[in-house]
Amino acid sequence: MVAFVIRRLIQSLLVMFFVALVAFTMFRFVGDPVHQMVGIETSMEEREALRERLGLRDPLIVQFARFVGNAAIGDFGLSYQHKRPVAEMLLERLPATLELSLVSAVFALAVGLPMGVYTGLHRHGVLSKFFLTISLIGISLPTFLIGILLIYLFSVQLGVLPSFGRGSVVDLGGWRTNFLTVDGWKALIMPSITLGLFQLTLIMRLVRSEMLEVLRTDYIKFARARGLADRAINFGHALKNTMVPVITITGLQLGSIIAFAIITETVFQWPGMGQMFLLAVQNVDIPIMASYLILIAFFFVVINLIVDILYYVVDPRLRVDTATANGHG
Amino acid sequence: MATPLLEVRNLVVQFPTRRGTLTAVDDISFHIDEGEVLGVVGESGAGKSMTGAAVIGLLEPPGRIAGGQVLLQGRRIDNLPYEQMRRIRGKEIGAIFQDPLTSLNPLYSVGRQLVETIQTHTDMSPTQARARTIELLTEVGIPAPERRVDQYPHQFSGGMRQRVVIALALCVNPRLIIADEPTTALDVSIQAQIIALLKRLCREHGTAVMLVTHDMGVIAETADRVAVMYAGRIAEIGPVREVIKNAKHPYTHGLMGSIPAVGHDAERLEQIPGSMPRLTDIPQGCAFNPRCPHVFDRCRQDRPDLIPVEDSRVSCWLYDRASGPGIEVAKARVASTHADDLQEAADV
Ligand SMILES: Nc1ncnc2c1ncn2[C@@H]1O[C@H](COP(=O)(O)OP(=O)(O)OP(=O)(O)O)[C@@H](O)[C@H]1O
Ligand code: SF4
Ligand SMILES: [Mg+2]
Repeated sequence: MVAFVIRRLIQSLLVMFFVALVAFTMFRFVGDPVHQMVGIETSMEEREALRERLGLRDPLIVQFARFVGNAAIGDFGLSYQHKRPVAEMLLERLPATLELSLVSAVFALAVGLPMGVYTGLHRHGVLSKFFLTISLIGISLPTFLIGILLIYLFSVQLGVLPSFGRGSVVDLGGWRTNFLTVDGWKALIMPSITLGLFQLTLIMRLVRSEMLEVLRTDYIKFARARGLADRAINFGHALKNTMVPVITITGLQLGSIIAFAIITETVFQWPGMGQMFLLAVQNVDIPIMASYLILIAFFFVVINLIVDILYYVVDPRLRVDTATANGHG
Repeated sequence: MATPLLEVRNLVVQFPTRRGTLTAVDDISFHIDEGEVLGVVGESGAGKSMTGAAVIGLLEPPGRIAGGQVLLQGRRIDNLPYEQMRRIRGKEIGAIFQDPLTSLNPLYSVGRQLVETIQTHTDMSPTQARARTIELLTEVGIPAPERRVDQYPHQFSGGMRQRVVIALALCVNPRLIIADEPTTALDVSIQAQIIALLKRLCREHGTAVMLVTHDMGVIAETADRVAVMYAGRIAEIGPVREVIKNAKHPYTHGLMGSIPAVGHDAERLEQIPGSMPRLTDIPQGCAFNPRCPHVFDRCRQDRPDLIPVEDSRVSCWLYDRASGPGIEVAKARVASTHADDLQEAADV
């Protein structure tokens, strides 16, 4: 187990290293950083001095090492446009994105999983067919369209939910949260549905096909032959066996949710990192773009690591070190 | 006569398919007495597994019982509501399947699966159930059961897993076990051990067994009576000695040509040329008639039912009083058939 985690950690570090390399390349080669930082009236000498001060004359290796070192302690430099530390700006917007992503993921899982189980168990039921048809819509409609439709219906027509922004937030020592006010929750509803709908249908379809698969296995037949109650068979035996793929996909989807929040945040003017990233792209604000990239990669890596560890918890066959000791008996 | 433990009367199992209804088990009747081992043999596709599944109420849809009755201790069980039949499964009729590697849920320890089964059918406390579990593991010959009880299926070898499966099938002392090729998937060297274990445990507990197998050696050593199935019907059924040494049905005679030691498939030693017809084109009359060296007119028209001959029952017109040549002549004819004759018949 420990060896496994260490191996995974090393792999994660490797991934992060490559992402840092991409971010650094972007930094160094997309436009001239000095040019971005100074006005047109700055003289050539001043520019060269700045170049020297920023260490842009050092060998690339040294520059990259410095970049990685700084990133590791959370120093991503100054935003070209806002002249503020990027880390500070990201941190400000992180809670909005994370809260939105979390609620979307919980929504997708809490609704998608039971729907998947239901459609798996009642394959020919009317409700199952209905769910499957609906899920096609979730898969095929683009996110922004769903968002706009929701806004049209609930904000414009019915006027029950806010069409943009986070509503009122409560500041918990720097972490501004939606979770403590009714208003905040109301503001979360539509963006979360918009962001989570695709994942919901994905999870539902995955759970359904996994359930169908598992219900055909010999051990389920044998469980029936032992006279176990249906509930024990369906939920204790079958559902648990679908968990490994479901955990994988859900984990990966959580990463995509955070990444895809860009679109939803734009539609709902949600003041998160995604919105900031899009603005940064428009203004070629490389430090923000680069650090956003690194942060997203970091989330993916951490989530993957957690997913891998969850496998261990769920599936005893993966606990190799205990298995080899008694392999044959 | 006392009520038999299991009685199957005119059982018909069908599969509705797009091209029409297939009849996998066609009007078969047999019984199993308390504590008796009934061997069931026959080529692949003869309907052995379907019969077992129908008895325990686990036919996979769209397969269904289309006719007949299944009685357990005189009580009909083929038409019970799902929930009532579930209570009989495991408690009164246990099952053992072919592949021990896939019969156990990989995510739960063997102990948990045993405790779960015991608690489903009895009101033992978790502690009692666990104690019973360790007892059972000891009984099926698993070394160091106190340690093994918390291990997962993948930590057991195939043979050990089948021992666990046997423990699961026997854990609440069912009256009948349906063992569908319990050793086919195992190493030849382990097959005999597992059969010996099953035989010993069932004898000790007075459990009856319906033992489906391709292995004539196993039948010879284990069964009290044997049913030979062919194309969804019983060709011959009777005491094991009688059927093996004194086969009356031409098909059985071919099948029994030589009885290998435990661990050999009857299939591989198949002596009868030709193959069993598919469900879609079973010939009129006796299903065996295209391969039978003794075929005569009536065989191609009417389907024979089981006819009592000595201690056995045989579905073959040779033994019919009216149309056959007389029982002694029929027996002599069948007994004198050689592989060559069979070959000739198939060539015609
Ligand atoms: N789902 C199904 N649809 C149609 N026919 C089926 C289906 N399942 C089984 N059958 C047919 O039922 C017949 C009996 O099958 P069964 O499994 O009982 O054979 P068996 O005697 O157990 O053979 P084996 O020795 O290979 O296990 C076979 O001819 C098979 O093709
Ligand atoms: S009924 Fe006829 S065809 Fe069938 S086994 Fe007997 S002799 Fe052969
Ligand atoms: Mg079979």
